[in-house]
Amino acid sequence: MGKTMAEKIIGQHAGQEVRAGDIVVAKVDVCLTQDGTGPLAVRQLQKIGLEKAAQPDRTVLFLDHASPSPRKELSNDHMTLREFAHKTGAVLSDIGDGVCHQVINETYVRPGDILIGADSHTCTGGALGAFATGMGSTDVAIGIALGKTWLRVPETFKVAVNGKFPKGVFAKDLILHLIGLIGADGATYKALEFVGETITQMPMSERLTLSNMAVEAGAKAGLIASDETTKRFLEANGRGEDFRVIEPDPDAEYERIIELDAAKLVPTVSFPHTVDNTRSIDQAKGVKIDQVFIGTCTNGRLEDLKVAAEILRGKKRHHQTRLIVVPASRQVYLDALEMGYITVFVQAGAAMMAPGCGPCVGVHQGILGDGEACLATQNRNFKGRMGNPEAFIYLGSPATAAATALEGKIADPREYF
Amino acid sequence: MILKGKAWKFGDDISTDLIAPGRYFHLRSNLPELAKHVLEDADQKFASKMNKGDFVVGGNNFGLGSSREHAPTIIKLAGVSAVLAKSFARIFFRNAINVGLPVLICETDKIDQEDALEVDLAKGTIKNLVKGIELKFSPLPQVMITILNDGGLAAHIQKHGDFKLE
Ligand code: SF4
Repeated sequence: MGKTMAEKIIGQHAGQEVRAGDIVVAKVDVCLTQDGTGPLAVRQLQKIGLEKAAQPDRTVLFLDHASPSPRKELSNDHMTLREFAHKTGAVLSDIGDGVCHQVINETYVRPGDILIGADSHTCTGGALGAFATGMGSTDVAIGIALGKTWLRVPETFKVAVNGKFPKGVFAKDLILHLIGLIGADGATYKALEFVGETITQMPMSERLTLSNMAVEAGAKAGLIASDETTKRFLEANGRGEDFRVIEPDPDAEYERIIELDAAKLVPTVSFPHTVDNTRSIDQAKGVKIDQVFIGTCTNGRLEDLKVAAEILRGKKRHHQTRLIVVPASRQVYLDALEMGYITVFVQAGAAMMAPGCGPCVGVHQGILGDGEACLATQNRNFKGRMGNPEAFIYLGSPATAAATALEGKIADPREYF
Repeated sequence: MILKGKAWKFGDDISTDLIAPGRYFHLRSNLPELAKHVLEDADQKFASKMNKGDFVVGGNNFGLGSSREHAPTIIKLAGVSAVLAKSFARIFFRNAINVGLPVLICETDKIDQEDALEVDLAKGTIKNLVKGIELKFSPLPQVMITILNDGGLAAHIQKHGDFKLE
């Protein structure tokens, strides 16, 4: 019997053959924490006298959630992380460098790696063929100090996607559709493996969107086999030597197989207050929107900004709808500047923010007022997520977001292609 | 160990945003202060109503969302002795064990608001003293029992210098 990607990767890191259900201690290749979870991780290590990093050059501390810091308490948290980096030699990714999941995949993650991160969307790294999973501060703290963690090898759901996306439909719509289909706990404790011609033809930016949201179905990881696209992505980031092939065996055992036809998908929107509360654009159209937010680890990449800029070019946002745009990383920002997208956004009436999480987690930079509605390209719309439990968050693709910014209400992006 | 207290009911899909809201992000290094807001967006009065030893009782997928360990930490810090739910989100479940907060998977429909409960962690039973019924909860995997018994993951590593999970 063959192996799934999760079984292969975890087995290689545990130094033994493993099967779904096994519990093992495995070596980790890359660890990340961010400014919301990192300070607690550091304090845990201080408490037990283990303030060190087993692999400092592959331990990355991100200042991205409250970046630049909006208040003194958070500035002090940043100091904690700066000091830990200084003491241990761990890498500090400073304000303006970008969201952890974008930067870690541009710069560190390799196919076949195990990445653990004190952030639930660490699963984004599955797009590169890594076993990447989110954990809490203490788990990651121990991973940083000892270079290993314990894992239960998950069962895998195979998500087979075939067919070509219609115009105006993207990976974001696919993953929202899938989560709507199986539910926010539909894949709890499982790994997802995305396969099929739609996935093999998908650019890396879109793959990252898919893997990013695996956790919104409860999954532990969202894996995609490495291929030519992975290789080109690594080369474009100056690390072609990091490429290796990692893929499931043809006779791997799956707990469940879900088949989807990309050609039948339509733009999809999650309604408040859960990600699995999805509607098709026909049902969603017309909801009045006060704020549109384009960015985050889900959809703040160059390709996302391109789609939005093409819709917004030469036009102005609706006068009652504000628009916030946040590139996911410094590299994305530089590329978008060069391509002229930033000019398009600013001319369209957008407020540009430095690379980071922006308003996604409700700390700063776009907190909603009572009763206000936001259409965001992020991955979560839980009550209170954007800093106000009296507000309403809708999730959609960058194309849906751009069209909505122009019309002032949830709009069908297909009319812009 | 026997835990005794009252049940405080919450519904399905209690996210970590409801437990430890993002607008209190700046209190994450001040856990006693953050704990005053525990579960505030699910039940505004919860922190003031509950007593030490009480139980949080949820439905499906308790603790979904962000990986913030602060969520189970402040539930514990507020004095809650255990969280009972039909199912838990993965990261929350693991975090709860790591911080020494018992999380028990059981059928919670038979528990109503403010029912008096008695939980026997070793036997795996929950007595509903108001309704006179006994419920069972699913046993934890051995690794988690080991970590919980050591007082959480940090204490486990401190004690053994490494993972010692058998
Ligand atoms: S962009 Fe949003 S979802 Fe992504 S890491 Fe930042 S806060 Fe989390």
